[in-house]
Amino acid sequence: MSQSEIFVLPSPRAPQLRSSLAMIKVRKLVKRFGLKTVLRGMDFSVERGEFVALLGPNGAGKTTFLRILASLSRPSMGGVNIAGYRLPDQAAAVRRRLGVVSHLPLLYGDLTSEENLRFYGRMYGVQDLPARVAEVLELVGLTPRRRDLVRTFSRGMQQRLAIGRAVLHDPDVMLFDEPHTGLDQDASAMLDTVLREVAARGRTVVMTSHDLARAADLASRFDVISRGVITASVHSDEIETNNLLAFYRQAIQSS
Amino acid sequence: MTVERESSYLASEKNAGKVASFLRAMGAVVWKDLSAELRSRELISAMLVFALLVIMIFNFALDLDPATRRDPTITAGVLWVIFVFAGTLGLNRSMAVEKDRGCMDGLLLAPVDRSSIYFGKALGNLIFMLMVEIIVLPIYSVLYNVNLLNLGLLVVILLGSIGYVAVGTLLAAMAVQARTRDILLPILLFPVVLPVILAAVKASTGFLDGSEMELIRPWLNLLIVYDIIFSAVAFMVFDYVVEE
Repeated sequence: MSQSEIFVLPSPRAPQLRSSLAMIKVRKLVKRFGLKTVLRGMDFSVERGEFVALLGPNGAGKTTFLRILASLSRPSMGGVNIAGYRLPDQAAAVRRRLGVVSHLPLLYGDLTSEENLRFYGRMYGVQDLPARVAEVLELVGLTPRRRDLVRTFSRGMQQRLAIGRAVLHDPDVMLFDEPHTGLDQDASAMLDTVLREVAARGRTVVMTSHDLARAADLASRFDVISRGVITASVHSDEIETNNLLAFYRQAIQSS
Repeated sequence: MTVERESSYLASEKNAGKVASFLRAMGAVVWKDLSAELRSRELISAMLVFALLVIMIFNFALDLDPATRRDPTITAGVLWVIFVFAGTLGLNRSMAVEKDRGCMDGLLLAPVDRSSIYFGKALGNLIFMLMVEIIVLPIYSVLYNVNLLNLGLLVVILLGSIGYVAVGTLLAAMAVQARTRDILLPILLFPVVLPVILAAVKASTGFLDGSEMELIRPWLNLLIVYDIIFSAVAFMVFDYVVEE
């Protein structure tokens, strides 16, 4: 019997136990689209400074969950609290503390990278904008391309600029929705460097991913979501990287 | 008393901050739309080419005699058909740009009053529509041999365009979520905007044939009322329209 087959799943954590330090608290979250229930009473909690990889198959509810955290979609039932603010009542306060990167860049192709950041900086009311834009372009390695139109950028460069857009207002919480989608190996590796840099600054990060190896490399905690609930959760120091696949499979099968 | 005064001062400061944030976000959206359009010229050129084609088609298809060409009713009708159809192209494209790369989500993620996004988009659309109208009017004047340099007519065009863009921007934000957005927008828009077009055509006709102001005023008032109502409704419902 191989090691992966005898691996014992750690018990799913109760999110409320960690609520004293929680940056994100979700309780009994339900999301319905018409008759279809996508999230079924989900509990979730993330401590300040944690990097959580949210793993799950297609259709598990990862993107829906992240869109609710990002205040882009309203929960049907349940409570969501981010950085001490409730959603959807205090959505503007939450948005001020949130940076979001999805598989779409959310950038304007007919503006330069500098103009895109300047536009979003104005929307967020960023102080000393020219200096901050220069700093962020340096962070994502796009200073030499600051005057180039975004539509001339490769997918990897667009994704790096998307991260720049998301960190421009120095958010406490970062949400990444499958940021590696459509990137080649080199671009993914470069994106990982930027992600590590973003996380190293003490931000709380939640990232959805299909790529277990990449998640294992970046995250400090792995939660598995299946059929609209978190079925398992484990910290990186509690599991060997080569056991992550077995952990993931058992979590999916047990749902 | 001092505490009351201080809290009232803080409240007014907060309100001033909200207004400043609203105007800043609105200005940013307008600046972004204008900058992108100045570079790509996709929207203006599409609207303009379409408008010129409609002028040509009417010119040949109606095969009008010189007197009928200058008929104020015909002129006002043809002008507003041009503005409305060209405007629909612009409204569709303006919102499609936001949807294509997920930029609408980028806008909605900003910690601003979402109606500032609406007013920014509407103001941008109005500027594009007015630019097309400024180009169309002299061309129409030359081809149809009609003097359109009439201050009253220009006011009607401005008021009509505001009403059209106010409701059009809101409905374009709704239609853009659908797969069939290109055909959905005119279907949604034309019945709702009909009172604006009707009032605009009637008021334009009045100014072109030199009617008494007493006869034109009701149509002007109707335009102003519709502009205010549509802007207020859009202000109230935009947040719900763009949310899932």
